[in-house]
Amino acid sequence: MSHATVETAKVVERRKRSALGREQTRTAWLLLLPTLAVVAVVALIPLAQTIYLSFTNDRLASAQPTEWIGLKNYRFLLEDTVFRNSIVTTVKFAVITLVFELLLGLIIALVVNSSFKGRGFTRAAMLIPWAIPTVVSARMWAWMYNDIYGVFNDLLQRLHIIDRNIAWIAEPRYSLAAICAVDIWKTTPFVALLLLAGLQVIPSDVYEAATVDGANRIQQFFRITLPLLRPAILVTLIFRTLDALRVFDVFYVMFGARRDTQTMAIYAQNNIVAFSDTGYGSAIAVAIFLIIGIFVVAYVTTLNVEAS
Amino acid sequence: MPFDKGYSDLLNDAMAGRANRRQVLRRAAVLGLSLPAIGALLAACGGDDDEATSTTSTGGETATEPAATSEPESSPTESEAESSPTESEAEASPTEGEAEASPTESEAAGSPTGSGEMSIDVAPEVANADAASQYSGATLTYYGDGVGIGNQLDETLAKAFTDATGIQITVIPRPEDSTETYATYQRAFEAKSGEIDVMMVDVIWPGAFAPHLADLTDAFSDMTSEWYESIVENNTIDGKLIGAPWFGDFGILYYRTDLLEQYGFDGPPATWDELEEQCKTIMEGEQANNPNFWGFVFQGKAYEGLTCDALEWIASSGGGSIIENGEVTLDNDNAKAILAKAGGWIGTIAPTGVTGYQEEDARNAFQGGNAAFMRNWPYAYAQGNDEGSAVKDKFDVGPLPAGDGGESVGTLGGWQLAVSTYSKNQEAAIEFVKYMVSADVVKWRAVVATFVPLIKSVAEDPDVIANQPYLENLADVTRVTRPSRETGENYNQVSTEFFQGVNEILTGGNADDIVPTIAQRIERLLG
Repeated sequence: MSHATVETAKVVERRKRSALGREQTRTAWLLLLPTLAVVAVVALIPLAQTIYLSFTNDRLASAQPTEWIGLKNYRFLLEDTVFRNSIVTTVKFAVITLVFELLLGLIIALVVNSSFKGRGFTRAAMLIPWAIPTVVSARMWAWMYNDIYGVFNDLLQRLHIIDRNIAWIAEPRYSLAAICAVDIWKTTPFVALLLLAGLQVIPSDVYEAATVDGANRIQQFFRITLPLLRPAILVTLIFRTLDALRVFDVFYVMFGARRDTQTMAIYAQNNIVAFSDTGYGSAIAVAIFLIIGIFVVAYVTTLNVEAS
Repeated sequence: MPFDKGYSDLLNDAMAGRANRRQVLRRAAVLGLSLPAIGALLAACGGDDDEATSTTSTGGETATEPAATSEPESSPTESEAESSPTESEAEASPTEGEAEASPTESEAAGSPTGSGEMSIDVAPEVANADAASQYSGATLTYYGDGVGIGNQLDETLAKAFTDATGIQITVIPRPEDSTETYATYQRAFEAKSGEIDVMMVDVIWPGAFAPHLADLTDAFSDMTSEWYESIVENNTIDGKLIGAPWFGDFGILYYRTDLLEQYGFDGPPATWDELEEQCKTIMEGEQANNPNFWGFVFQGKAYEGLTCDALEWIASSGGGSIIENGEVTLDNDNAKAILAKAGGWIGTIAPTGVTGYQEEDARNAFQGGNAAFMRNWPYAYAQGNDEGSAVKDKFDVGPLPAGDGGESVGTLGGWQLAVSTYSKNQEAAIEFVKYMVSADVVKWRAVVATFVPLIKSVAEDPDVIANQPYLENLADVTRVTRPSRETGENYNQVSTEFFQGVNEILTGGNADDIVPTIAQRIERLLG
């Protein structure tokens, strides 16, 4: 009963305010228009085009005409073991790097959040790996991993940890760990920065109250810091997961087109650029889009972003 | 040219603006050897400001650059060239540019003045200037060599051509990575863009790009018999010549003469089995001093270079050349056996890291004195003999080994010049190509920068042989072509299936299982 009355009241009120409301709505749309136009041009149109191409047999610079082939690309994609392997590789990479980056990033954020002499310098210095372009850092690490004159082999030999040089990149059993290390080295500062921002908005009086109540540091961390940091962690997780699932540059520089280390993005790029197979490549790109979508939805629902 | 000359060229690029060419070349070898020195090197190059301006601005200037003080013999030439800048090419005696650019040449010739009538800064005369002048005023865009010396030669040649004909040419360095170049052209073709008039085309692209390239058959009818047959055949699609052969490349074996002698071998290995034996013997001895010493390095990374290497292994062992007459012939016992043998090299005679090596990685290992044998392209020869190379004067090159009952082969590489059908100035573009692939220019490029000629008479020219002595030893080696004509626009995909499969074998996969899989996948692509 009450529900219906409330609704009616709302409608009446809305009618009363309609002139003003309409004007406001119009202004809002007017202000949003440039943004929407830009988003449409740089994101929506290309996305629509990719989805369209994924239903065709389009080939770049081919003499053959482009034809609509329906779901054929997707049917092939479902049976494509190479793509399946690339999903496994990418997800493995994402999980390993995320876990380490979150742990290390949190530690670093906590350290640089406490006050000590030279904190400003430390905060700036920790960002250096993040400031280096990925291709450059990948090349740099490739040199360090080199099996003949790489610095890692040299150090480990001197410390008598290994007795013969190891080809970190080339040997399949080490390559995933090797590449994860590069990404962790590079991206941990970024994670630390995001978490630091989260830490700084936690009011200090909460900690004071906890201290008065006799809670120790560890209790404070688990009862105050972590829960209040949840929004920041969620943002970090989403950012990093998106990045990790689309990873391309590190793998491309270090491994080229090796089959066992192909990520989803490399497989898509290979199909589109090297094979000119725009149709099938687009289908892969759409699949990547959907897979990433699944992850984002999972995060948002399980971590309950609204409540945070 | 190698597919990704990688680091040193990148660095060359970085330095080219600030150091002049001679310095860059001299130091390229050092780069590979001692990386920690890069910083110092760059700093050193930065200090050469006064000389630097002359090279970067030369582009196409016909006058030689100001002589370095240490080379008095060049000063007369310099003044001569400056006094008659346009016709000095033939008379110009060796300038310091030439002597420095190709140290091997002067060594082989015995004296710095021995072979030289050519200067790196003076382009050969434009023989077709009269015919080309009718298009005076046309503008062309030319996608030429990427960074390094190739780009410098392009600029010099383009300038000379413009001066002689009035046809304006914009030289754009193509991306150094050939896959990137491929993608760039593809986009231009897809858009039917007239932005590219003349372009460099890799030996494996004619099949894929033929529909977009102008028919050069008539324009070059008098040249056809001058080039090597295999390359003309490679560039002829449906009876049309779509690319003029420019310079070639083929796989060769580099070997350490000092080590062969020290361990009592008469000569380089003729078969893959001999290679294994020699590697084992030499490694046993050398590893006592240098635990990182290996027998054989090659290109084992999953990329186009591995297709070239593996094709050589298979073709030299009687296993065919992957696809023959439209049939996939890869799945045979000889191919399986030699690929399994190659898989066995990893960790025994070749470093485990070789499965991640490209040309430059192999060259660094060999040139640093860490390997007895290397498979590579001819470009590594000049750099191996540069100052600062640990193997300077200690190595030689020869044909690659062969399998039992097979014959030695080298995979054919190299670049052609082609004209886009979407070009608005095709006639002018063809005249430019005529100049660029003319015997004079090809000889000049061979002498000043060791580009391998594809014109038979030039390859036999004493001046060229003095500069690239290996050409004589390798004249009879069979050049195998990758199956790019058979596969057309699917070539990259076929090659990827192949090199990925071979890479799996090298990293421990079973050749008997993997080879049939590769063959099936390739058949599916073609079917």
